[in-house]
Amino acid sequence: MLKLDKLVKTYKTGDQALKEVDIDVPQGQVLALIGPSGAGKSTLIRCINRLVEPTSGKVYLDDIELTSLSSGSLRRERRRMGMIFQEYALIERLTVMENVLSGRLGYVGFWRSFLRKFPQSDIDEAYRLLDRVGLAHMADKRADELSGGQRQRVGICRALIQNPALLLVDEPTASLDPKTSRQIMRLICELCRERELAAIINIHDVALAQMFVQRVVGLRFGAVQFDGPPEGLTPDVLTMIYGEEDWEATIESVDDEDDLVTL
Amino acid sequence: MPSQNKNGLKVWQKRTARESIFHWVLWLIGIMIFTYCWQQISKSTTWFFVWDAPRIATDLWTRATPPKWEYISQLGKPIWDTLNIATLGTIFALIIAVPVAFLAARNTTPSRFLIRPFALLIIVSTRSINSLIWALLLIAIIGPGVFAGVIAIAIRSIGFCAKLLYEAIEEIDETQVEAITATGASRWQVMVYGIVPQILPAFAGIAVFRWDINIRESTVLGLVGAGGIGLQLSSSLNVLAWPQVSLILIVILIAVVISEWVSAKVRGAII
Repeated sequence: MLKLDKLVKTYKTGDQALKEVDIDVPQGQVLALIGPSGAGKSTLIRCINRLVEPTSGKVYLDDIELTSLSSGSLRRERRRMGMIFQEYALIERLTVMENVLSGRLGYVGFWRSFLRKFPQSDIDEAYRLLDRVGLAHMADKRADELSGGQRQRVGICRALIQNPALLLVDEPTASLDPKTSRQIMRLICELCRERELAAIINIHDVALAQMFVQRVVGLRFGAVQFDGPPEGLTPDVLTMIYGEEDWEATIESVDDEDDLVTL
Repeated sequence: MPSQNKNGLKVWQKRTARESIFHWVLWLIGIMIFTYCWQQISKSTTWFFVWDAPRIATDLWTRATPPKWEYISQLGKPIWDTLNIATLGTIFALIIAVPVAFLAARNTTPSRFLIRPFALLIIVSTRSINSLIWALLLIAIIGPGVFAGVIAIAIRSIGFCAKLLYEAIEEIDETQVEAITATGASRWQVMVYGIVPQILPAFAGIAVFRWDINIRESTVLGLVGAGGIGLQLSSSLNVLAWPQVSLILIVILIAVVISEWVSAKVRGAII
């Protein structure tokens, strides 16, 4: 469904953030992208919806090639790609409802959005989503009154109300405590299953990634070092991606957590 | 280097010997320049007038007190004009300053090399000329009166408001803009959802701050004939009616205090 073909990004400074990355994501697959800071994870995600312009290579969403689209058709395709951010990126001074409805901006004309006159169907869907993530009672609160976990839930609603086919998720848990992190990851993965969404999740926490996803891609210096199921992340593989370190503890703890979950 | 090794003992001083000598020399040069300037100023001052100042001041004070209270009946209209000059001038200025600010901010300008310098030129040129001078020019062009005052205040305020606003625009959180862009929103929608909510508090603060400044500036515009209470002030000064002058100064003081109180309240409410 999503296909990256020899994607390259070289920044003006000469830093090569991505080196001919090929990734193929079928519909409904949740993929975790791991790798050290500066490996190009964020750049990769932003090259897909062209918040960052790739230098060369192609990105196919279904059959549409995204890198050559004009700005008008790019906007239409962006509606099919929901994005979730590390620091939530909510509009702090707007209400929760306005933040969720802002996910519909690609579908609504300028004046309607300016006057906040969204179609009733959008408003119904916003309430449904807020209810799904457990925030229906927060709709009229301002976004900056919410806690981190609540804000990320609003961010998820904003991405889902776009009715996307693909979720681009950039470090969804990096600003959250461990418990909330798991809840948010679980929520994202559940919603992807419910709606048959493909997702690319950038994540630092290897153990957390292993708990929830079906496939892991390891990036180092902008190149794919590993692509396989989470069980394939052996100490050797982690050393290949991140460098030398004692990985037994990380993997051990995952096994423990898996036991806990099944209990 | 502050950290030094003396006979195996690690010593730390803020400055090395050379650096502290350099500092003393700098201070010496500074003091010499100051004394020289002092002498020059002293030479070109007619000290007789300065020694005479206290006597003249007390003389003026006795002439100006008590203020001519009944003159207040003629000041209502001019002070109202002054308030209107300030308020309308601020509104007109904001109407022009907002688009200029968006054209000048690095992150929103359509073109960094063509339009941004032009917007910056508007900001610098309107800001660098005092409103009194604008008023003199405008009186020559559109004739004396309140309207010239309004336009003078408006032009003078454009640069100020646009500069502060474009700095606020440049300091916004870009990830919020990214988030709105990623939904497939158009350029204008990104502006309304991603940028405007972030700069709204700054905008309100700038508006009342400039209004507060403009009340003070518009009190003097009358001196050159651009309407408002300054007109009364200059005519009273011309006929040496000191009790009237003192009453006008009191009225201006009260108006400025009130405007300052209002703008402090409004800014407090926003932030």
